Amino acid sequence: MTISHFAAVVLFSLFTSIVFGITQRSEPRSMLRFGAICFALFVGGTVAASWAMWFIKH
Amino acid sequence: MTAKEQVPPVAGSKTTDSNASSKLPPVAVLLIGWLVPGAGHLLLGKWVRGILLMVSIICMFAFGVALQGKLYTPNTCEPLDMLDFVGDLGAGLLYALGRLLGWGQSAVLTAVADYGSKFIVVGGLLNVVAAIDAHSLAIGRKQS
Repeated sequence: MTISHFAAVVLFSLFTSIVFGITQRSEPRSMLRFGAICFALFVGGTVAASWAMWFIKH
Repeated sequence: MTAKEQVPPVAGSKTTDSNASSKLPPVAVLLIGWLVPGAGHLLLGKWVRGILLMVSIICMFAFGVALQGKLYTPNTCEPLDMLDFVGDLGAGLLYALGRLLGWGQSAVLTAVADYGSKFIVVGGLLNVVAAIDAHSLAIGRKQS
């Protein structure tokens, strides 16, 4: 099996955010919010780091 | 003293809320939660959380194996490999199953296979976090 790098990032972020959301918060609503924030930061941070590396190289 | 100011229960003591629904001692919840991802929460009656944790951690491990990630062994001289082994061990019975069936034995040759190795390691570490969370629920440190 092979997947694109972006798909790997999305899958990693999804599963990790679910576990973080459940374990780091107590109420279902805050779990959902924290999980969504983690997911956005994981994916957004990776995309931002990727562009930063591209600019460094070029 | 109001209800909110009450002293939190001591480890191993009985709690009065729904977290104490399991008859098992908190250490058993911790161990079972480590061996089977999400099982600690399921034992405490946290069905949705348990199933979500189970699906997430098993998928993480399964994707790691499917991406040809490596399952690390303890008999290596590389310190970083030893740390990876500790992370892998966090997956509990999934790691034992993988070793039994010979998964993750090939060398990591591609970037995607390296991602797979990291999926397996992080899946194991997340399982440890989930098991500790179940333990915290069992002793009442985490209220709900």
